[in-house]
Amino acid sequence: MKLMQLQRTMARAVMQPLTSSERMQRRAPDGGPMKRYASRFIKPNDRLTSFERLEIYNRQYWFRMLSALSEDFPGLRAVLGERRFDAMAKAYLIANPSRSFTLRNLSARLESWLRKNPKWAGKNQSLALDIVRLEWADIEAFDGKAEPALRPEDLARTAGPRLKLSVQPYVRLLSFRYPVDDLLLEVRKEDEDTDFASNTFTEHKKRKRVRAVAKLKPAQIFLAVHRVDYSVYFRRIEQEEFSILTALRQGKTVGAAVECAFRKSGVPQEERPAQVQAWFATWSALGWFCRPEKKSAVS
Amino acid sequence: MSANRFNGFTDYGIGIGLRAPHYNHILSRKPVVDWFEIISENFMIDGGRPLHILDQILEQYKVVQHGVSMYFGSAEKLNREHLRRLKELVQRTKTPWLSDHLCWGSVDGRYTHDLLPMPYTFEAVRITAQKVREVQDFLEIPIAVENVSSYAEYHDSEMTEWDFLNEVVERADCGILLDVNNIYVSSQNHNFNPLDYVNSVPAHRVAQIHIAGHSKYRKYILDTHDHPVIDPVWKLYERAIQRAGHTATLLEWDDSIPTFQEVHDEALKANKFLRATALAEAV
Repeated sequence: MKLMQLQRTMARAVMQPLTSSERMQRRAPDGGPMKRYASRFIKPNDRLTSFERLEIYNRQYWFRMLSALSEDFPGLRAVLGERRFDAMAKAYLIANPSRSFTLRNLSARLESWLRKNPKWAGKNQSLALDIVRLEWADIEAFDGKAEPALRPEDLARTAGPRLKLSVQPYVRLLSFRYPVDDLLLEVRKEDEDTDFASNTFTEHKKRKRVRAVAKLKPAQIFLAVHRVDYSVYFRRIEQEEFSILTALRQGKTVGAAVECAFRKSGVPQEERPAQVQAWFATWSALGWFCRPEKKSAVS
Repeated sequence: MSANRFNGFTDYGIGIGLRAPHYNHILSRKPVVDWFEIISENFMIDGGRPLHILDQILEQYKVVQHGVSMYFGSAEKLNREHLRRLKELVQRTKTPWLSDHLCWGSVDGRYTHDLLPMPYTFEAVRITAQKVREVQDFLEIPIAVENVSSYAEYHDSEMTEWDFLNEVVERADCGILLDVNNIYVSSQNHNFNPLDYVNSVPAHRVAQIHIAGHSKYRKYILDTHDHPVIDPVWKLYERAIQRAGHTATLLEWDDSIPTFQEVHDEALKANKFLRATALAEAV
């Protein structure tokens, strides 16, 4: 067998889903018996058949992939429940095997896949999608790029409506239908407390908390997922803040971004200048601004 | 013999793998450690805490990069994005050599994230050696390929694993990261004498040695890196350094990770063999 053909043959078997009892399937990817499929390219030895030797790799593949997804999405696991999460994760991995050299990117397509395949998102698809988006944003904010931050004095020097600013690449701006930030923090807290309570008790508490959030009437929140001292934080922001920061990221000038943000705002006209000033002061203190690329620095 | 062109003419002593549970201990207590090995892929990112930690470690310690997903033996082309990011990291760490595994793990752009065994064929030698050369040329540092532990063998193989390793390193003109635990694990799984393997390796190409623990099951052994090194593996290590000399040695401990001190103490057991070899060389 040519190297490429052998590797394709083995990869198809290794990536084929396990049975419900976590063993290799009896049916091979080509539809024939797996015993025959394995023995075509793998030697048996005095202790293991070709099937059993191939099964070691098949099981390792699935245990590794499922554990990676599970570690990255404790919130979604809590929302869906363990069994539904496992079923969803398997379906996702079958449709989206890793295409990156790093497992960090394994869940990059989870949100879009879940949107197209709502049957895996449980009873409350909006909540499941919200938590997936938050957990992916958390991954991106954790190791996203940081440009040299503009200091408040840099901003004061160049302030003006025609100024353009970039928002740090690691800052993720999101709107949600549910308060999933609270939910995720709660789930994490309970995961940390596992040492002090039985698993059953922890799972019960987690499910109770998730049910409580799922019962809430959807209430839109806006969030900046960002870093301070290399730790990721979730910061609730006003709708107008979200609009300004999003517009700046899209390349609008400060003046245009502010104007856009207040178009449908209920904030009284006279309070707006002070409000905007306070927001910019906070954002720059948090280091969220950096210089845009030179060609578009000032319009 | 230890400082050679495959490890950048360095003499690094005994290191351990840099792992997250030990970060606080290392940064706050600054223990004396000859060097740390990092998993390259964990730091091939754009920013954030991992790179911040790495920069602090680099201020105090020598660091060598070890990769897990270059897949020299995959029949498909090298991933250019992977190489670009790897080069950025090489420039950051100034690693004197870089290692990855003699295995495959991706096909048609899909990654298994496993270290899958090679068929020991002449076609595989040619493809693998060519890729090692390409990586070496691109990164402009010495490459060492590591033998993996395996649980399966192919009908197609035309030579032993050690003959395959020797063919690849000769054709690629690269170094070897000799993992004596992997040799032991594979010898038990495939019924060969591990000393035959150690004795056949071209000693002048050994850039580094790995030691580790593993898990024994009823019908096979798994390379789990979650136990201390067992005596038969120390014996292989002893033989390896008798042949290769005082070589940079690293203990891998990746699961059920104990305290920093326990891991380091386990690694330092290698000193007994290194001293004996040095003494023998002096005599």
